[in-house]
Amino acid sequence: MFGDYSIGDLGSIFVMQGFAGLVLFSVYVLMALGLAIIFGQMGVINMAHGEFMILGAYVTWLTSNTFQSYLPSLFSGYFFLAMILAFLASGALGMLVEWVLIRHLYKRPLDTLLATWGLSLMLQQTYRSVFGPREVGVELPQWMLGSLKVTDSIEVPINGVFVMGLTVLITVVVAYVLYKSRWGRQVRAVVQNRIMAGAVGINTEKVDRYTFGLGCGIAGIAGSAFTMIGSTGPTSGQLYIVDTFLVVVFGGAASLLGTIASAFSISQTQSTLEFFTSGSMAKVLTLLAVVGILMLRPQGLFALKVRK
Amino acid sequence: MINSRFFNRSELIGFIALAAILFVILPLSLDVFRLNLVAKYLTYAFVAIGLVLCWGYGGILSLGQGVFFGLGGYCMAMFLKLEASSVENTKIQSTPGIPDFMDWNQITALPLFWQPFHSLTFTIAAIILVPSLFALIIGTAMFKRRVGGTYFAIITQAVAAILTILIVGQQGYTGGINGMTDLRTLKGWDIRPDHAKVILYFVEVVLLFACIGIAQFIRLTKLGRILVAMREQEDRVRFSGYSVANFKIFAFCMAAVFAAIGGAMFALNVGFMSPSFVGIVPSIEMVIYTAVGGRMSIFGAVWGSLLVNFAKTGLSESFPQLWLFGLGALFIAVVLAFPNGLSGIWADYVQPRIDRLLASRKSKPKDGWNSVADGAPAE
Repeated sequence: MFGDYSIGDLGSIFVMQGFAGLVLFSVYVLMALGLAIIFGQMGVINMAHGEFMILGAYVTWLTSNTFQSYLPSLFSGYFFLAMILAFLASGALGMLVEWVLIRHLYKRPLDTLLATWGLSLMLQQTYRSVFGPREVGVELPQWMLGSLKVTDSIEVPINGVFVMGLTVLITVVVAYVLYKSRWGRQVRAVVQNRIMAGAVGINTEKVDRYTFGLGCGIAGIAGSAFTMIGSTGPTSGQLYIVDTFLVVVFGGAASLLGTIASAFSISQTQSTLEFFTSGSMAKVLTLLAVVGILMLRPQGLFALKVRK
Repeated sequence: MINSRFFNRSELIGFIALAAILFVILPLSLDVFRLNLVAKYLTYAFVAIGLVLCWGYGGILSLGQGVFFGLGGYCMAMFLKLEASSVENTKIQSTPGIPDFMDWNQITALPLFWQPFHSLTFTIAAIILVPSLFALIIGTAMFKRRVGGTYFAIITQAVAAILTILIVGQQGYTGGINGMTDLRTLKGWDIRPDHAKVILYFVEVVLLFACIGIAQFIRLTKLGRILVAMREQEDRVRFSGYSVANFKIFAFCMAAVFAAIGGAMFALNVGFMSPSFVGIVPSIEMVIYTAVGGRMSIFGAVWGSLLVNFAKTGLSESFPQLWLFGLGALFIAVVLAFPNGLSGIWADYVQPRIDRLLASRKSKPKDGWNSVADGAPAE
């Protein structure tokens, strides 16, 4: 399959596909980060995670439209406001959902899966009724269009670079919040031993609610970033949910580093394979490899050693 | 303690009620089109019964039952498709004698794995063996390594995703997104006219009752008790010397075989098979049939499949926007408020009233053995 390409071409192909893979990697990481917090830290399977992401995407779309009609002069900077709004909207919805639904189900993890699936169906239908069944695309500001020419045969799109930068930033912030801040310590304490954490004076219910909200909020940012590279429809979230869960499980559920490593390997494998076989076969091969490795090493790539 | 009788009193009532409705009332009161719809819904009941064993009793939530439904359905559909693509029927194709979708995809010879599906005996064996082998591989890999619970659910979901993408992607071998359509005859017997549909309906109901019998048998033997014990306290069962993994694999394989029989009946009754019955969404819907009926109740599973599907058809015919909303709300309501589904409602609210009514008429001692599982749900 390599026969028809020269060495130089192959190099460029790998770099360009590698870059396309990096953009996919960024979306995976952003989605998986929120999920790793919710699933890895709290043990809740949130099947509606994709819908929280789509909410962020719709918020971004609304903001972009508002700026276009009322504040065209500030249009080039709308994205930063949109991202914050997306975070707040998804986070608020997440906290509401936690309060109404999830907190009753912490002892029944398989049931959260069913309940959040129901939630995802309702959200999808809501999006369809409110925003219409057709996919919507966000108009990008001028400075994000075009591409950077690295060499003669290698070009990378600017919006991709932007999304990657954003991913790095958010990952660093999340890592800081979880591992260095006081609140992050509380989250980890509640996860490791809920009763003892309560006994030393941590308000575990509040921690749960904010953790869930944070995870959903990050999904909202992921959705915001998603609008840079693709269009949004009511069911777009569902396409990514299984992939994202696999990323989290493959990485080792409670490990942030593992999530990033697995998002990287999965997205790179997929986008490199995509060039040589059809898109569907690339996906099948990647998923098969992941499932195969998980059967050999069920705890994932990076497993925390925790005594139960 | 194991009940020596096959059905206790309330189960017997449930059994007779279900048999009367499926064998007598529905065939007499519905036209052939509606009866065929019922047959389609009942194919999901097979899956739901399997899930009662594997999820309700064993505590193994599989979100990939669509895979086994699909494997069974595709095995059957491949046989029917080969029979429908005889050389006379496909004269106009550039390669006569192969299924039409292969011809459209420039495939000139029947692929090797299609060859054995010329034989009905092989097909029937394959409907049972292929899914159980597949379940055996997945189950062995997962349960021997003590992977369970949510991880298992996610991995089975991924398997469902893989199979769907594979079927859609390999159009030339599987018919792609359209699936296998235009299935005509079974050993020369036309499956399309009305009287054939009625006969197929009865065949299906007989098979369904066979599966109910097997599931009930498993439930009442020691095996069923071990499954429940495993669900509640896995480690204790392991320390008592039972091989937990093997029991889980068995339950998962049984569920797979039931689902495959359902899939095969689907291909026969509905006349086509497509990847839209294989993927993640249908697999989760199958779990919800079980949850609505009551995850611990075998009869409940049948009722759940019938009622949810009737609601689906009714609602999506008249209010297409409401259906998804209703389904979502149903999921949440069942999980939050009625974890034991319809059969739980029956056992908690309806059954005691009936008992009281009977008891007041003749003061007979109450049936001592009452578990959460028994009772048929309300209609």
